Amino acid sequence: MSRAKPEDDEYWNSSKFKAFTFDDDDDEFSRLKESKRAVNSILVDDDDDDEEEEEEEDGVERVSWSGEPVGSISWSVKETASSIRSGSEQSFPKIDTTPSLSKQGSGYSLSSLFKAKSKPFQSFSESFSDTAVRTYAPELRKPKSDGKDFVSDLSPEETVRRMQKGRAFSLEKFRSLQDKLLLLYEAVAVYDGNLITAVLIYLKKSLSKEILFRELMARDVALRHYVHYLKEMGEQKLLVELMKALGRTEDMALMQYKEHLNIKDEGQRRDFLKSCLGLPFSQDDATHVQDHYTLLERHIIIEASDKKADAEIFKKFPRKASILNMPIITTLYYSCFYHYGESEGTYSSPANIRKTFRISEKQYILTALGARAKLKSWFDVDSLFNTKNWLGYTKKRSPVGFHRVVDILQKNSAPVNVLQEYVNLIDNPELKLSVALKYKCHDIVINTYRDLKDRQELVVYREKLERDSPEYRKIQELLNNVQIRWKN
Amino acid sequence: MAHTEWKDAPGLPDFSLLKRLARDQLIFLLEQLPGKKDLFIDADLMSPLDRIANVTILKFCLYTSSLKYTYFLFFFCRLCFLIRPRIQTVKWISDLVNADKVAGRFRRYKIIFTPQKFYACETVLEEQGVYGDVTTDEWNFYILPLDDDILSLELPEFFRDNFLEGDQRWVTTAGSALRLLQSVYGSFSKVYGIGRCAKMVYESWRELMEDGEQRTRQPEFAKVFLVDRDVDFVTPLCSQVVYEGLVDDLFRIKCGSVEFGPDVTSSDKSIKVMLNSQDKVFSEIRNEHFSNVFGFLSQKAKNLQTAYDKRRGMDIQQMKAFVADELKGLKQEHRLLSLHIGASESMMKKKTKQDFQELLKTEHSLLEGFEIRECITYIEEHINRQVSMIDSLRLLCLLSITENGLLSKDYRSLKAQYLQSYGIEHLLTFANLRQLGLLEEQQAGETLTVMESKVGKLVNDKTVGKLTDAFSSLAKKSNFRALSKRLALVPKSGEEYDLRVPRDMAYVFSGAYIPLSCKLIEQVLERDGWTGMEEVTRMLNGQEFAVTGGSSSSEARSKTDAQRIVLVMFLGGCTFSEISALRFLGKERGCRFIVVTTAITNSSRLLEALLDNSA
Repeated sequence: MSRAKPEDDEYWNSSKFKAFTFDDDDDEFSRLKESKRAVNSILVDDDDDDEEEEEEEDGVERVSWSGEPVGSISWSVKETASSIRSGSEQSFPKIDTTPSLSKQGSGYSLSSLFKAKSKPFQSFSESFSDTAVRTYAPELRKPKSDGKDFVSDLSPEETVRRMQKGRAFSLEKFRSLQDKLLLLYEAVAVYDGNLITAVLIYLKKSLSKEILFRELMARDVALRHYVHYLKEMGEQKLLVELMKALGRTEDMALMQYKEHLNIKDEGQRRDFLKSCLGLPFSQDDATHVQDHYTLLERHIIIEASDKKADAEIFKKFPRKASILNMPIITTLYYSCFYHYGESEGTYSSPANIRKTFRISEKQYILTALGARAKLKSWFDVDSLFNTKNWLGYTKKRSPVGFHRVVDILQKNSAPVNVLQEYVNLIDNPELKLSVALKYKCHDIVINTYRDLKDRQELVVYREKLERDSPEYRKIQELLNNVQIRWKN
Repeated sequence: MAHTEWKDAPGLPDFSLLKRLARDQLIFLLEQLPGKKDLFIDADLMSPLDRIANVTILKFCLYTSSLKYTYFLFFFCRLCFLIRPRIQTVKWISDLVNADKVAGRFRRYKIIFTPQKFYACETVLEEQGVYGDVTTDEWNFYILPLDDDILSLELPEFFRDNFLEGDQRWVTTAGSALRLLQSVYGSFSKVYGIGRCAKMVYESWRELMEDGEQRTRQPEFAKVFLVDRDVDFVTPLCSQVVYEGLVDDLFRIKCGSVEFGPDVTSSDKSIKVMLNSQDKVFSEIRNEHFSNVFGFLSQKAKNLQTAYDKRRGMDIQQMKAFVADELKGLKQEHRLLSLHIGASESMMKKKTKQDFQELLKTEHSLLEGFEIRECITYIEEHINRQVSMIDSLRLLCLLSITENGLLSKDYRSLKAQYLQSYGIEHLLTFANLRQLGLLEEQQAGETLTVMESKVGKLVNDKTVGKLTDAFSSLAKKSNFRALSKRLALVPKSGEEYDLRVPRDMAYVFSGAYIPLSCKLIEQVLERDGWTGMEEVTRMLNGQEFAVTGGSSSSEARSKTDAQRIVLVMFLGGCTFSEISALRFLGKERGCRFIVVTTAITNSSRLLEALLDNSA
């Protein structure tokens, strides 16, 4: 856009610039425009004010910011604003007002447009809106062109307008709490987050935190901007205080917990997590944070001993990374890989980890299966699923579908005989057949077709096999078997 | 092909003008700084910059590409930083300046913020005592045209800042972008919108236009539609299956270009390819359902072969003409064709490896509200097996939105398993998702109306200063199921859907779901407003509006091409699937859509913006 400022000639030697003051283009022409505006506003404002005061005296119902904006500032400001610009074309329409507000004429209630907006202003009490009118209305009457420092004479609304345009402004003159809040209100009213934050920065510097917190409590939009600003500035302490003051203890706890991410040293991180245990988390989250602490504590112990471990398994499969800060399931996998079969008493044993972190059977089986299959210990894989029934027979049972089990085995390149065993355990015959086809478990495919007495499928399947392979011959034998009554 | 250009399509405005404007301003700003200087460019700005000004025009400055590195060699005593207005970056620059001061080095510093500066950033300079040592300026680079019909603000942070943090810093930026479009391309006749942010952006735009000078021009857009991303979270959470969307999901399109790795190019090099309407092959397949792409490409390959074969039996003269006129085009097409075939192959491979069909089946069941228990089991196993952390989260969110929140028991168990599989620090991610209403626990027995009246009572009660949990308690309900029924988003199951001849926008999701956002746009344009959709807007938390533009005189209303161009602005990002759906809609209705978005998004980008698992 063509907002490049010509006065930026002094690019490299501008140390005289002050905070928040931009070169002001107050050449004569703009002063002229200023004064013209000021003159216009005098008339208009007088009318408005009269109306306001009349209403007040009549005892006409006045409603706070959150309610219907009868005679409230929100609309008198809007009125003023639109009448100042009355010269300009009305070509750009406002969003249609709702019918209930049409009695307001051109004014419309901001709060009714934005439900969430209604909260920020509810603490503007009635008395406050009265005084607010008085405090800034007279200033509008002042001609702005004669003052030496007219920037400091501007109303909150005009100040916000200047800020919007990136022109010089000063916030220092807004010293009363009401003025400050009015300024904040105006910034919120133009939906410009940049300005809202700018005003909040000023409020942060010029109000005690107790007062600021108290006022923010009822102003959701401003509050969220403030929280975000503090987050970005890394003002953790203040943020925690704010959350505490707002009574948002769970948010506060999470915010403090988040700090652990910035701690690199694992010992310090563990100690920090320990200090988090007492924070007012929700019940569930408290358990998780406790787990986090226990886990890291466990990691540190395991890491210390495994780093110098010289057991066979570590030589055969050197560790690719340290176990520190890994998720629980990864830790379980690690322990099933390197510490399988250790007694439950040791911290690094799968059984201990499973118990400590309340890992479900399903999760445990899936993880242990992956780890043992990776090591190709098919015996361990078998024993994961073996259960003895009351007659002493062993039978395979699994909390996950056996097709999943086959998936995992196959991904770890299990030999065909192992795969076949588990494919056979799939209950659903269709699923079994499709898995068998997918992983080329010939025997199962052949047997299934045989059981289905499906001669044609067998013939088709035979063509896919290598001639004179054992499977090929098996099909051949079956097809030659006269005792089978084929269905086709 | 279904998507070839139709005859009477209205022409689109020429958006390259926007690039030129931005480039000219940047050159102007840089020329303002006399002498040689080091130029530092925010990593996030490199790609957009690449698109508007090739590096040669910046040649007069020596530049380092990224701010991520802390070690620099400084050649000149003038440093210029071209950055997004972020507090972190400004802090980093302040530290650098202060380190120079301590070391007694004397340099001059300038920060150019784009698209605008923020007071908070300048306050950092002031607080760090370098205000004045560092001067600042703005480069109002609001819009990057990504294609003939896609304009991007390139502000991915818009989504998190606005919807999660509740920071309205980008509202004015979006308003300014619209003002820029209006002042360059003319006015509009009608504006519709839905969403809190959409309303604010409209107001901001209106204010800007009232302040600025007004130019009356023949409008180039008929209508404008503003929509908040949080009106429709379901669509961006679904797996994309149109070609362009799939490429984005798998390879990540960045600023309109994509890097194809060795597995696609079948060489040992990666190739960067621009993906836009200039690519003749791509422009024909980008909007197609993936299942059609292979057939199309092989047909195309055959045609190409025939074209090559033409040269057999040519005499010298014909051959000369062939080489001069056609060969180059054929070669070009050949190259593109082999790239896209390679990409399709690689996508097939990746997708079969991940059991894509099962994943899609689960998504469709969730959209339909069918066999939810099975879906939960699938998601659970997905989590247990530690497959893609983002995909697990995506499925959880889809489950929660479509089901209006999870049952307490399910929520707790799934959350616990998620934390066990992917790290306990995701506690923070869950808190974010909950705040946004993406992943919630059902409140037992509390309906929306009960909540509302409760909150209403609190607000009216003046003594209540401690209305605290305003954030989370107001988290809205998605009402997806009811919306879906009302707007017929999910076609009746059992009907055959021929993806080669799409009958509605549902084709972008294999015929299983019409994107909510696009359906709203269709309905509103059809009705010329929101009348008759009261129930729908109520379920979407209201915030809808429709205004008629004053500047459109009667002649502008005449049937010019411009009257059939609709500008749709997505606040918080839009997906390629939505763009494809809108292109389809435009074709059906004889109009053209221009998409303006704060950034191109997809499920991964959307969720990654909400992760909080690292410092």
